[in-house]
Amino acid sequence: MNALRRNVLKGATSAGAVAVAVAAGLLKPTQALAAYNKAAFEAKSMADAMNGLGVSSPADSKDITIKAPDIAENGAVVPVEVISNIAGTTSIAIFAEKNITPLVGNYALSGGAQAYISTRIKMGNTALVRAVVMAGGKNYTAAKEVKVTIGGCGG
Amino acid sequence: MAEPMKIRATMAGDVADIKVLMNHPMETGARKDAKTGQLVPALYIQDVTATINGAPVLTANFGTGISKNPYLGFKVKGAKAGDKVVVNWVDNTGDKNTAEAAVS
Amino acid sequence: MRKQTTAKLIVAKLIVAMAGLGIALGAVADQASPSQVQQEFIKLYAQKYPSVKLDDYIYGALAFDPDSMAQYNSIMEFPPFESDIDKGRKMWETPLKSGKKYADCFPNGGKQIAGNYPMFDDAKGKVVTLQDAINACRTANGEEAFKVSDMKTMGTLTAYMRTLSDGMLMNIKAEGPKAMAAYEDGKKTYFSRKGQLNFACATCHVQNAGNRLRSEILSPAVGQAVHWPVFRGGDNLVTLQQRYDGCFKQVRAVPPPQGGETMNNLEYFHSSLSNGLPMKASVFCT
Repeated sequence: MNALRRNVLKGATSAGAVAVAVAAGLLKPTQALAAYNKAAFEAKSMADAMNGLGVSSPADSKDITIKAPDIAENGAVVPVEVISNIAGTTSIAIFAEKNITPLVGNYALSGGAQAYISTRIKMGNTALVRAVVMAGGKNYTAAKEVKVTIGGCGG
Repeated sequence: MAEPMKIRATMAGDVADIKVLMNHPMETGARKDAKTGQLVPALYIQDVTATINGAPVLTANFGTGISKNPYLGFKVKGAKAGDKVVVNWVDNTGDKNTAEAAVS
Repeated sequence: MRKQTTAKLIVAKLIVAMAGLGIALGAVADQASPSQVQQEFIKLYAQKYPSVKLDDYIYGALAFDPDSMAQYNSIMEFPPFESDIDKGRKMWETPLKSGKKYADCFPNGGKQIAGNYPMFDDAKGKVVTLQDAINACRTANGEEAFKVSDMKTMGTLTAYMRTLSDGMLMNIKAEGPKAMAAYEDGKKTYFSRKGQLNFACATCHVQNAGNRLRSEILSPAVGQAVHWPVFRGGDNLVTLQQRYDGCFKQVRAVPPPQGGETMNNLEYFHSSLSNGLPMKASVFCT
C-alpha cells in the first residue's frame, strides 16, 4: 500500500478529507484511493489538464489573488502565492499555461487549512499563471501574467 | 533515502503558518545531462500530505513544474502552539520522506 | 583605418567617463589609496543614482528593481539551497587528518574574519584569499589542497564557512609598497579592456551600472564583493572568482586561472571597493 493511501486512511477521521481529495481530482472516485492523477499532470494543454481534473468552464473571480513577480528573473524558481477569498474553498490548482505540462500543483484543503498556498514553480516562457479554485462544488479561476527572461548574474 | 525536509511552524494569531522545504531534484525527464548528453529520467515528488495532530489538513499532488527543492507554505486556523505537524511525500519511484515539527 | 579610429573613440569615451573618477586607467599618479579610490567610485554612483542609498548597494541590481528585490526576499526567507550549506557545515566540522579542525587554523575559530580577505601576506609576498588560507590549513594538517574552482569541495566548504562572517564589514587593507603593487595590478585588470567584445569590468559596472544589458540590470562595483558565493537559480553554486571567470568568458576573453596572481589581485582590488559594507554569504542569485 503506498504511503499516501496509508496516511489518508489513517488520518481521515471524517469522510470529509477523503471526499475533498476525491472532489479535487486527487483521488479518482472509481478506484479506491487510486494513484497520482497522471491524466491531469501529463496533459500537454490547458484544456486537457482541466479535463483531467474534472474542471469545466470555471467562472472568473476577483476573489482569487495570485502573487507572483511581474518579471521572473529566473524561470527555475518563480515564487507564487494563491489566496482565495471565496467562502468554502476546498482546493486550489495552479497552472503555468505555457509549460509543456501546464498543471503544476493541485492542493486539497481540509481541517482548518486556509485557502492559501505558497510555492515556487518552474516556468519556461512568459505565460499566465492560473489558479483554479473549487468552492462549494463550483470552480472559479483567476490568472496573472508572469514574464520570464533569460540570463541572470549577467548571463 | 532523500535528505530530510525542513519544517517551520509558527503561530500568527490563531493561525499556524507552516513552511516546508523539501529536498528533491524534481527532474522533469526532459533535461539532458551536460556530460553524457542523455536525458535525465523524470524524478519528482508526486504526493504530499500534511497532518496536524494526526488530522489531515493538506493533500497535494505535485507535477514536474514545481521547482527543485520544493517549497510549500500553507496556513491552518485553529492550530495551537505545541501541535504536531507531520509532512509526508512520495515521489514517482516510490521514494518517500517524512518530517515533523511542533508548532511554536 | 576606420576600425582604429572607432577603437580610439571608444577608449577615449571610457577615459572621459572615468575622468570623473580621477583615476582614469592609471592616470592617478602616485597611487591613490584604496579608500580614496572607493570614495571616487561612491561619488560617481551617487551622482548617477542619488536615490539609491549606500546601504542598498550590497543588493546590487536588486536595489534598482523592487520586483526583483521582492523575489529575492521571498526566496531568502527559506532558501532552497539550505541543504547545500548544511553539507558545507559538515565539511567544516569534520576533523582533518591531523585531528585538528579548520576552526583551529583561523583566528576566532573562523568567525567574523572573511572580511579581512583577500589580504596581502608580506611573508609570502603575495595576496592570500580565504580559499588560500583554507588550503594552507588543509596542507598543514595532512590533507591535499582543494582546487579553488571546484564548487563541490572548496565552493561548498566556503558556502558555509563564509556565513560565519555574516554581518562583518568588509575590511580590505593594502599597506606598504608590495601590497599596493598587488592592489594596483588588480585595479589595472579591472580597467583594462579585454576579449573579443573589448569590454573592461568598468565598462559594465562603472560606466553602465544601473543600465540594462539584455534583460539584466548591471550592478555597481561598490557592494558586489560582500555577497558571495551565490546560488544561481537557487541551486547552482558560484564563488566570486568563478563569477570573474564567467565575466571574462562573456566578453570572450580567456580567463586567467582561478587562484592565480591575476585573479587574486583582482579580488583584492574589487573587494576593497566594498570596504565598510556588511557581508552576507550564500545568497540567491537569478
